[in-house]
Amino acid sequence: MTLMRTTGAPWRLPRALGPAAVGIGLALFAGAPAAFAAGPTPAKGDVAWMAISTILVLAMSIPGLALFYGGLVRTKNMLSVLTQVFAIVCLAAMIWVCYGYSLAFTDGGSLNSFVGGFSKAFLAGITPESTAGTFSNGVVIPELIYMAFQMTFACITPALIVGAFAERVRFSALLVFVGLWLTFIYFPMAHMVWYWAGPDAVAAAARELAAATTDTAKAAAQIKLDAVNADAGMLFKWGALDFAGGTVVHINAGIAGLVGCLIIGKRIGYGRELMAPHSLTMTMIGASLLWLGWFGFNAGSNLEATGGAALAFVNTFVATAAAALAWMFVEWAFKGKASLLGLVSGAVAGLVAITPAAGFAGPMGSIILGLVAGAICFFFCTTVKNVFGYDDTADVFGVHCIGGIVGAIATGVLVAPALGGVGLVDYATNPGTASPAAYVMATQVWAQIKAVLFTIVFSGVGSAILFKIVDLVIGLRVSVEEEREGLDIADHGERAYNY
Amino acid sequence: MKIVMAIIKPFKLEEVRDALTALGVHGLTVTEVKGYGRQRGHTEIYRGAEYAVSFLPKVKIEVAVPSAMVEATVEAIAGAARTGQIGDGKIFVTSIEKALRIRTGETDDDAL
Repeated sequence: MTLMRTTGAPWRLPRALGPAAVGIGLALFAGAPAAFAAGPTPAKGDVAWMAISTILVLAMSIPGLALFYGGLVRTKNMLSVLTQVFAIVCLAAMIWVCYGYSLAFTDGGSLNSFVGGFSKAFLAGITPESTAGTFSNGVVIPELIYMAFQMTFACITPALIVGAFAERVRFSALLVFVGLWLTFIYFPMAHMVWYWAGPDAVAAAARELAAATTDTAKAAAQIKLDAVNADAGMLFKWGALDFAGGTVVHINAGIAGLVGCLIIGKRIGYGRELMAPHSLTMTMIGASLLWLGWFGFNAGSNLEATGGAALAFVNTFVATAAAALAWMFVEWAFKGKASLLGLVSGAVAGLVAITPAAGFAGPMGSIILGLVAGAICFFFCTTVKNVFGYDDTADVFGVHCIGGIVGAIATGVLVAPALGGVGLVDYATNPGTASPAAYVMATQVWAQIKAVLFTIVFSGVGSAILFKIVDLVIGLRVSVEEEREGLDIADHGERAYNY
Repeated sequence: MKIVMAIIKPFKLEEVRDALTALGVHGLTVTEVKGYGRQRGHTEIYRGAEYAVSFLPKVKIEVAVPSAMVEATVEAIAGAARTGQIGDGKIFVTSIEKALRIRTGETDDDAL
C-alpha cells in the first residue's frame, strides 16, 4: 500500500523568473521559515532508503524482466523483447511525469473515487521542499522521491504485459497500446487502490472532532472527518489491502496479458514447432535480478526505513524461496525432473504473491503463501494453459495474474494478528498514533475478493477495448514473413547475437 | 587420398584427436552438428510445453589422409570414440580427387 498527500507549502519559483531571480527566491525562502516549520521534514535515512528502493525497482525492469522474458523466447526474437521492455520503461517514465503521477495521486474532484486530476501535470507545484505522507503520523518523504518511486511501478507494469504476446507483436502498435493502457487502466487503478488522504489528514480531522464541544461543531467536524476519509480511491475505501501492488501491478498486467495473447492469437507453429527458451541462463539472471529488485518494490512500499520495511523485506525473502521450492518439488513429482525454469518461475510466482501481503503478513504466513502460490501457478502454467490452448509466451497470466490473485486474497487472511500478521490500522481513534483496528477475517477477505474481481473486470474489459482499437488502427501483429524471420530483424534491423 | 568423416559424441572429441595425433595425422576439421540415428531424440519440458527433441548435438570431424593410412585412421577413430552405448556415431570414407595447400601450391599427398 502506498499513499499520497502532500503536506507543506506548495511553494515554487514562478516559471518566468530567470537565474537572476533565483537569488531573490532563495532569500525569500530563507526569510520565510515559518511557512515550512509547520510541517514535518523528511528524515535523511528515509530519503536514502526510498532512493535506493527506486533504483532497485528500476533494476527489476531493466535488465531483470527484460532478461527473464528474453531468455524464454527464441534467439531470433531476443533483441525485440529487450527493446520492448527498455522502450516501455522510458515511455512510461515520460508519461508519468507529464500527467501519470497527477492522474494517480491527486484529488480527482467528482471522479476522485476512480482517478485523479491534472493539478500536478508536468509536476506542477512539486519542489524539492514538497513532501508526501507515509503510513506514520508526522513522517514525510520528499514528494519528488515518492513520485520517482511510484514512477518505477508505472514503468514495470506495462512491461510485464509484453511477455504474453512476445515473438509476434508489432513494436509500433505495442508502444501506442502502452500509452493508452497506462492512461486508461494503470493510472486509474493506482488511484483507486493507493490514493488516500494520509495519516496526518485523518489525525487532524479526528483531533478537530475530539476538540469540538458543541453539537454544531461536532457535526461540522464529523462532516470534515468523513470528507477526509472519503478522499480516497474506490478500492481503498472498500478496505482492500494491497501493500505493493498485487492488484494494481500483477493482476492488472496479468489479465491484460491474457486478453492480449487471445486477441493477437497464437504464434505460427505453436504446439507443432520447437519453441524452447533460447537461454535459460539469461532467464535465471533475470529472475535473480527480479528478486533483488523486489526488495525495493516491497520493502520500499513501506515508504520509510522502519521495522515495517524490515518485515516486508523478510517476507520478500522467505515467500520467494518457499514458492521456488514448491514449484520445483511439485514439478519433480508430476513431471519427473526438477527444472531450473520451474525453480525460477516459482520464485517469481512467490514474489508476485507476497507483493500485496508483504507489509501485512508475518514471515511464517508468508512462507505458507509462497508454498501455495508456487503450486497453484505451476498448475496454471502447465495444466490449465494446455487445456485452454492459449499462447501466453512467458506465462504472464499464469504467474502474475494467478499469483496476484492468490496473494491478494491471502492478504486478507494473513494480516490477522492471530496468524502473525500486523492487523489493521486505525488513524482516527487516537489521533497522531496508529492504533489497531477491528479485524474480521470474513469482512477483510470479502474486501480482497471484491478488489480482485473489480481489477479483473476493469482491466480485462478495458484492455480488450484498447487492444482492439490499436489492432484496427495500426495492426497488433507483424506479417507472417516477419514473424518467421524474427522480430529482431523485422522490427529492429539488428540481432541479439552476432557470432 | 581419402576423406575420413566421422560423426561422434561431442565429449569424445579430445580422445579422438589424441588417437589421430599418435597416428601421425596432422590436421583435423571439426564441426558442431545436430542429427539423429538409432539413438533418436529425447523429451524436453519447459513449464507446460513438452518438446520431442529429435536432433541431438554431435561433432563431425573430417580428416584427409593418404590412401595407405585409411584403415589405421578409421580404427583409431572408432577405438577412441566407442563407448558401446547407442549413439556412438558413424564413420564414412570417401575419395578425394585433388588436394592443394594454398600457401605453397603443393598438391595431392604432399598437401596433406
